[in-house]
Amino acid sequence: MATTITMPQLGETVTEGTVAQWLKSVGDTVDKYEDFVEVSTDKVNAGVPSPVTGTIRELLVREGETVATGTPIAVIEEVGAAPAATPATPAAQAPARAQSPQPKPSPAPSGNGAPAGTADSAEIESAARGASPAVRRLAREHRVDIRTIKGSGTNGRVTADDVVAAARGVVAARPAAPSSAPASNYAQAIPGTFVQLSQARRIIADRMVESKHTAPHAWSMVEVDVTDVWEWRVREKDRFERETGYRLTLLPFFIRAVVQALAAFPLMNAKFVGAGDSNQASIYVHPEVNIGVAIGLPANLVVPVIRHADKLSIKGLAVAAGELIEKARKGKLGVDDLAGGTFTVNNNGANGSWASAPIINAGQAGIVTMEAVVKKLVVRDDDSIAIRRMMNSCLSLDHRVVDGYVASGFLAALKRHLEAMGPNGEM
Amino acid sequence: MAVVSANSTVMNNVEAVRATLYEALRNDERTLILGEDVGARGNVFLITKDFVGEFGERRIIDTPIAEASIVGIAVGMAMEGLRPIAEIQFADFIYPSFNQIVGEAAKIRYRSNGEYTCPLVIRTPYGGGVRGALSHSVSVEALFYHVPGLKIVAPAFPADVKGLLNTAIDDPDPVLFLEHKKTYRLIKGEVPNGHYTIPLGKANVLKEGAQLTVVSYGLYVHWALDAARQLQEDGLSVEVIDLRSIRPMDKTTILESVRKTRKLLIVHEDNKFGGIGAEISAMVAEEALFDLDAPIRRLCGPDVPAMGYALPLEEEFMSSPGAMAQAMREMVKF
Repeated sequence: MATTITMPQLGETVTEGTVAQWLKSVGDTVDKYEDFVEVSTDKVNAGVPSPVTGTIRELLVREGETVATGTPIAVIEEVGAAPAATPATPAAQAPARAQSPQPKPSPAPSGNGAPAGTADSAEIESAARGASPAVRRLAREHRVDIRTIKGSGTNGRVTADDVVAAARGVVAARPAAPSSAPASNYAQAIPGTFVQLSQARRIIADRMVESKHTAPHAWSMVEVDVTDVWEWRVREKDRFERETGYRLTLLPFFIRAVVQALAAFPLMNAKFVGAGDSNQASIYVHPEVNIGVAIGLPANLVVPVIRHADKLSIKGLAVAAGELIEKARKGKLGVDDLAGGTFTVNNNGANGSWASAPIINAGQAGIVTMEAVVKKLVVRDDDSIAIRRMMNSCLSLDHRVVDGYVASGFLAALKRHLEAMGPNGEM
Repeated sequence: MAVVSANSTVMNNVEAVRATLYEALRNDERTLILGEDVGARGNVFLITKDFVGEFGERRIIDTPIAEASIVGIAVGMAMEGLRPIAEIQFADFIYPSFNQIVGEAAKIRYRSNGEYTCPLVIRTPYGGGVRGALSHSVSVEALFYHVPGLKIVAPAFPADVKGLLNTAIDDPDPVLFLEHKKTYRLIKGEVPNGHYTIPLGKANVLKEGAQLTVVSYGLYVHWALDAARQLQEDGLSVEVIDLRSIRPMDKTTILESVRKTRKLLIVHEDNKFGGIGAEISAMVAEEALFDLDAPIRRLCGPDVPAMGYALPLEEEFMSSPGAMAQAMREMVKF
């Protein structure tokens, strides 16, 4: 019996996946639970195990191609089953993505739904046949040929919205990258060449544009005296590293102050819902505090999430952050590590940055940075002059969610909590 | 009952029924209530508690356990100018009165060529999810839905209970008034003070949305609303319509919504086969096929003879906000 494998949904909000690499070729045998394909989604690569033991009959999607979850990607002939009469089509020639569940006019003898004609004609045929009444009517009214539209619905179905978009001249299909140009690697960019975007870089690009175009960014900065908390960190760091194996940086202390400030200003831990139609819009205030930590890697940026950060001690935060940073560097972050962030912290000062205006992680209300800690001459309240360790903290905020009143209150609370942390504190 | 302002009072559904009946009895001497245990016992949900003391045994009539007689006597009273409000203690026990409702009450205007009408309200608690087992959980609406001459109302909110019950009492023809017993004390809301009416056959768009229309009535309206709000958190926009009156059906509101969203999901507790959702589906398919961008879907009770008492059986029968959210998500994505 032939089993059709569909693109899995790797995470609640994931709607599509890219076939990063086929680990098996047509004709190869595969064991039950053995990974046969590597799928990349939202910054994560995951192997997909076979649900059956058998032989790969068809690979329906090319490497590098992105399809909606639920789309058939491969057909595996189970062991013991009679082999299909139709010879397997090489993967590179058969990207038949949108197979129709309806019976074909002349069924293929294989019985596993292998398209009789070329892949393209099968796809076009099924797109036209699977069109809903609304799609047919809209296509007629707008004089649009359904077969020329790339569907965004389940299994590549052309939806009514796709037809309307096509009629407006919006090109749904992604233009192909120039193939004749030489390519180079992002981490080792060669001058005069094109860098092909990885799935991760494509998502970063989309997310940044989405955030910057939909959320009106505003910016503010406070200067924090971190002398006392710095001393605390220095006092604890050797013991901490001995006990946990992780380096103790200022990050967990900062996150602790962030979650305390978020508790006082819950609107900073929120998201704007229903953009584009202010009649439908609302602000959702998250019940949980999940802090994303921006981590820069040579080829991309990842923002793993410390869940329920408000329930963790400084030590707990330090261990959680340490684990995520280690996973990120080893490329071991899973979907669950990256999902569900409600607010983001960016430790931007490691290389000496003194101020920055970050782009909000799309769908959140704000992002706050830690800039470089520098020794400065400071005139204190009693007019004495002292050498203190000072750090700027910059906030970008979604001005649809909060105004300066909340944002400056949040920054003031962050500063107050951080400055109140002293060398005799409890980790 | 807490008075929150001079203009309205917060009450639950059972308090809204009681308050409306009380005002009707006070304001119109032709009104009377008859049913099992409505007198000294004050109704099993205490809806008519103390009524017999105030209005007397001629207007608050305790009947034997004989549903055919309750409705049959009420039909005669209605034809002769009274405004009887008959109570069937639980909808599960309405069957003995089926002939009186369907064969008599619904046909009187037609049969007498308009000489007689039958201004009768039959109130009854229905629906499950309360560990009511086989004989205290049933939904009966589909059995009566088929009958011309009968109106069926199933409100979800206290303010609708009052406005629709007032209209039902005023109506010159028979109205079956269905009260979901799980909502009796679960659902609270502000109810305007003073007399007001809500027209029968007028649905209520509780939440506007752009990507999917969800139609429901009774308890499931609340769950559908919860589910739609869950989806809103993910930026998915679902419109929720509370039918309020099952028959007459508010075709205009349903069609307007479906033409906008292009997708329709119907959720009801009653089983799917031949249910209210079937009629709405057929109506939309007839009137708005070329606006549909997805197959119409019905999320309904299973086709089993009754709701079991065992919790897993009851849960299997009842839907949930989570199951509704899942169906909505699939339809929006389709």
